[in-house]
Amino acid sequence: MDAFTTHTGTAAPLRRSAVDTDQIIPAEYLKRITRTGFEDGLFVAWRTNEPDFVLNQPQYADATVLVAGPDFGTGSSREHACWALLDGGFRVVISSRFADIFKNNSTKSGLLTVVLPQADVEALWQAVEADPATPVTVDLQSRTVTYGDTTVPFEVDEYTRWRLLEGLDDVGLTERHLADVEAFEAQRPSWLPRALPALPA
Amino acid sequence: MPKTLAEKVYDAHVVRSAAGEPDLLYIDLHLVHEVTSPQAFDGLRAAGRRVRRPELTMATEDHNVPTLDVLKPIADPVSRAQVEALRHNAAEFGIRLAPMGDRDQGIVHVIGPQLGLTQPGTTIVCGDSHTSTHGAFGALAFGIGTSEVEHVLATQTLPQYRPKQMAVTVEGELPEGVSSKDVILAVIARIGTNGAAGHVIEYRGSAIEALSMEARMTICNMSIEAGARAGVIAPDETTFAYLQGRPHAPQGTDWDAAVEYWRTLRTDEGAVFDSEVVLDAAELAPFVTWGTNPGQGLPLTERVPDPAELADDNERRAAEQALAYMGLTPGTPLREIEVDTVFLGSCTNGRIEDLRTAAELLRGKRIDPDTRMLVVPGSIGVKLQAEAEGLDRVFTEAGAEWRGAGCSMCLGMNPDQLKPGERSASTSNRNFQGRQGKGGRTHLVSPSVAAATALTGRLTAPADLAETAGV
Ligand code: SF4
Repeated sequence: MDAFTTHTGTAAPLRRSAVDTDQIIPAEYLKRITRTGFEDGLFVAWRTNEPDFVLNQPQYADATVLVAGPDFGTGSSREHACWALLDGGFRVVISSRFADIFKNNSTKSGLLTVVLPQADVEALWQAVEADPATPVTVDLQSRTVTYGDTTVPFEVDEYTRWRLLEGLDDVGLTERHLADVEAFEAQRPSWLPRALPALPA
Repeated sequence: MPKTLAEKVYDAHVVRSAAGEPDLLYIDLHLVHEVTSPQAFDGLRAAGRRVRRPELTMATEDHNVPTLDVLKPIADPVSRAQVEALRHNAAEFGIRLAPMGDRDQGIVHVIGPQLGLTQPGTTIVCGDSHTSTHGAFGALAFGIGTSEVEHVLATQTLPQYRPKQMAVTVEGELPEGVSSKDVILAVIARIGTNGAAGHVIEYRGSAIEALSMEARMTICNMSIEAGARAGVIAPDETTFAYLQGRPHAPQGTDWDAAVEYWRTLRTDEGAVFDSEVVLDAAELAPFVTWGTNPGQGLPLTERVPDPAELADDNERRAAEQALAYMGLTPGTPLREIEVDTVFLGSCTNGRIEDLRTAAELLRGKRIDPDTRMLVVPGSIGVKLQAEAEGLDRVFTEAGAEWRGAGCSMCLGMNPDQLKPGERSASTSNRNFQGRQGKGGRTHLVSPSVAAATALTGRLTAPADLAETAGV
């Protein structure tokens, strides 16, 4: 996973709530077995069917910060949604509320999800609609979003912040505690389910 | 300190906990399917890791599988490659796989309970958001992303933060013709499509206790549609009776030891929930969604809502966008909405009881000639059982199509899809834009509403049929 410290780019205002992961990337793009190359599926239905869709507007074509309505990333657990956003050039998504699994996946794939109060999202929408070239800086070190002369703080738990700043992947971290895992396994009851061997119905 | 059921299961699986870090949770059962796993196995290979506990891992093919010509190779080369990748990975890493044609194959959330692998008090994960289904047994079961799939394969654990606790209490008796699907659609309409974010929902109360295991699974399945991390129901005699004798359920003295432990899995008197929702079962009615997220639902007797009447900006905009996509006019009675396709199936409502309920309504009748009905059992096990009971003939004699097992039109990764503009009544769990095929329009319903709708060609409750027949 790529480390995330600070990022500056332009932002796209996505004035929609409850954007589900089927919209971010539809199921037909999930048949691939690679981890990259999902940009063609990103918001593909809206990009195809809605000429006014924000990402079809040239002034937002190069945006790297997506500013979305509440409840972004609901629905399917597909991490492909994070990969598609990254492949499509986004490094940060800002919303007043994210779905749990999407937010969790984002922290594993190096996409930064930033929670801001809806009033701050609204102000940011207005700023980038007034001037799409407004640079937006998202700084994970200082936990702030800055644009124009506005700076708003955001919260992120210390552990997740550290992992993102360092670009660490979880498996390596967990492997440091293998002794604890083994100790736990030693006291599991023997009747707990096992898939192997297969048993006759 | 008194604990909730979910807290008990969580605490019993904490391998390690340290201040300022997520807890490390042990995972008892890891379910795997072809869509969200290939990149995880690639990650293992690249790092030279193995699967830590292959015997706690079970794989199946479900999302891509065709429901026709199931014994031939998959025609779509991309789907075929994905299924073949799973076969290859299962063989390389020593994991049990139920492939197409195997008697244990089916939707991952249908086969876990069916095989008795899903058990009370366990932690279960899968790279699939509807893993919440297994919570019906009092398991802590939740969906994860592909990076986490890799983590569980490699370590059999997962870093987790303690979830908040929500109680959804449903007291009283459900009216005739009202099912657990209607209960959960009513809950989601009440709290919204991400209203339970950060929470585990425990469903409780006399109406929940009276439900069969399959009806409980329908409720827990859609917990994710309310944004919950998981849904749980306390195990009881109904749970134990369902599990006893299943292939992977404990046997003999193990069974006794297990049941003794399972009986402790109840929320303690005085345990605190962070939030609570209470519903009166007697007031519930058959529900249907009118919009493009599962929270946009109403009783079938209502009309398409008018966005202009919504005070909240975001909600109004969402309703306008939904109605434009759905091609609906505010004020239209929901019962006048005509459908092209009825889909009976999915991990929400593709179990034997769902098929029986629908078959009872269709027995000896013909579906509307302009309506197509697909019946897709959730697993080979369900299919064989239904055929043994003659349900397949009830469906085909009524004019419905009897298909092979899998996810099918729930998400249309196989050829079963809506065409642009087509409208369905579907027993699945998601009415998102394009979910069942590009441009397709989905109304979520229960199996009995699905069957009644197939008979008339427009959204219909079983009670409406009786009215028409009685004239
Ligand atoms: S039936 Fe639908 S919701 Fe269930 S696992 Fe398959 S695709 Fe997902």
